[in-house]
Amino acid sequence: MRVYVEVALRGFRRHATYRSAAVAGAFTNTMFGFIRAYVLIALWQARPQLGGYDVVDAVTFAFLTQTLIAPVAVFGAPLELGERVRTGDVAMDLQRPADFQGWWLAADLGRALFALGFRGVVPLAAGALAFRLDLPTEPHVWLAFAVSTLLAVVVSFALRYLVALSAFWLLDDRGVHAIAGIAAMFFSGLLLPLVAFPGWLGAFARALPWAAIIQVPADVFLGEHTGAGLAGALGFQAAWAVILLALGRLVTAAAAGKVVVHGG
Amino acid sequence: MVETLADTVRVYLLLVRMWSRAAWAYRTSFVLLTVATAVVTGLDIVAILLIFAHTPRLADFTLPEVMFLYGTSSTAFYLADSILGTVDRLGGHVKAGTFDVMLLRPARALVQVAADQFTPRRLGKVAQAVTVLVVSLSLLDVPWTPSRALLVPLMVAAGAVIYGAIWVSGAAFQFVATDASEALNAFTFGGNFLTQYPLVIYGREWLWALTWIVPLAFVNWQPALYVLGRPDPLGLPLAFRFVSPAVALALAVVAALAWRAGVRHYRSTGS
Repeated sequence: MRVYVEVALRGFRRHATYRSAAVAGAFTNTMFGFIRAYVLIALWQARPQLGGYDVVDAVTFAFLTQTLIAPVAVFGAPLELGERVRTGDVAMDLQRPADFQGWWLAADLGRALFALGFRGVVPLAAGALAFRLDLPTEPHVWLAFAVSTLLAVVVSFALRYLVALSAFWLLDDRGVHAIAGIAAMFFSGLLLPLVAFPGWLGAFARALPWAAIIQVPADVFLGEHTGAGLAGALGFQAAWAVILLALGRLVTAAAAGKVVVHGG
Repeated sequence: MVETLADTVRVYLLLVRMWSRAAWAYRTSFVLLTVATAVVTGLDIVAILLIFAHTPRLADFTLPEVMFLYGTSSTAFYLADSILGTVDRLGGHVKAGTFDVMLLRPARALVQVAADQFTPRRLGKVAQAVTVLVVSLSLLDVPWTPSRALLVPLMVAAGAVIYGAIWVSGAAFQFVATDASEALNAFTFGGNFLTQYPLVIYGREWLWALTWIVPLAFVNWQPALYVLGRPDPLGLPLAFRFVSPAVALALAVVAALAWRAGVRHYRSTGS
């Protein structure tokens, strides 16, 4: 277990090295928060109570989701794993006396922690200064939000891990990464809250794993789920995390059998 | 050596052809990326359609009007993106030392950075934006006088120059701050996203800032007010609807000066 904690710490430190990049990213996330907030305000002025949100919820959603973008890496760079498959460095990773998937998960959790703590807080803080936001007042909501965010990062990692492994077959994972990025942006609720998706499209989008990345943690934060509903929301995230991680393990086993190390 | 504009264009096209062939080497990725870019640029318009599924008007603007704003802004944006969007990777070139290599080659550094890793799939984004623009033109209920009709291609061209100038200025800034490429996204991708909607939704203060500080209002908002026959919420004189080309030219000059200053300031990364 200690090795994974160490890997996570290294992941944290590695990203902490690029502070000006984090500042630049926080600035951009914040600006997008403002633009999206105004678009949602215009929509909720035309349709108050749309999807069970009021206008304060909608504005909170705009800034909170900008906060979550970096930790869950919706637009983020692909996992370095894909690049290492292309260059062949992955052969070295497969030799390590640690679980392959666990190693990459630990590194990604370290990255996400830095992204949330040092970059993610900026959009939400800026939004809270400029607008009235619906911030949770009860400690247990913050706790539930922390658990939900952790699960969101794990689901997002499991998806990006599968994307990176596609490089074993395609040699270049950038195309799959681009497609996966689109699906993530649209179905996570980042483009428009899933509560504003009409009818069957909304129901469909809310059953997909991408909902677990943005929409579910945002709803937990806004206090949309209580009691059994809250347990159900976290269970939904956990279920996708388990399914996708298990799928990742199967694909890892298949991929490891494919590796040919050219000596020389 | 006297380098003419024709030489610059020729070198640019040569590099574009080379990079296009390189992109074709990874075929599955190329096809998927082409589909992906066409779809991802279409998602913004899907969001707009979903919004209008709930309401007939957004801040008093109808769907064809918002589609017109989207079409003009995005066509201009993706034209600029196709031609020189990769200049935002300048910081990476500086860090990796590849910018030194570019300075040694007998071609303008800006041309090389702009053509770097060009891929034909970017043209798919332009096609998507043009489609929305054409559809909006067919749906708009305005009397098409010659001045209105002429203003449409003019605002797209001016908008493309404005976005191009923002990109080059942002690249020049990376000579000073090599890690800041993501901040540029707020003005390029952010600017495109922002101008897809009627600027009135952002309130008077932002509207003022977008006119006088970061003049994104001239990409499409000011000329669109004329085309759509709407009054200016800021009450600016009628002449403002037509000054986009002049604003574009002024920004291009600023960008060129910033780039030159950046190259002169550049000291390589050493070792």
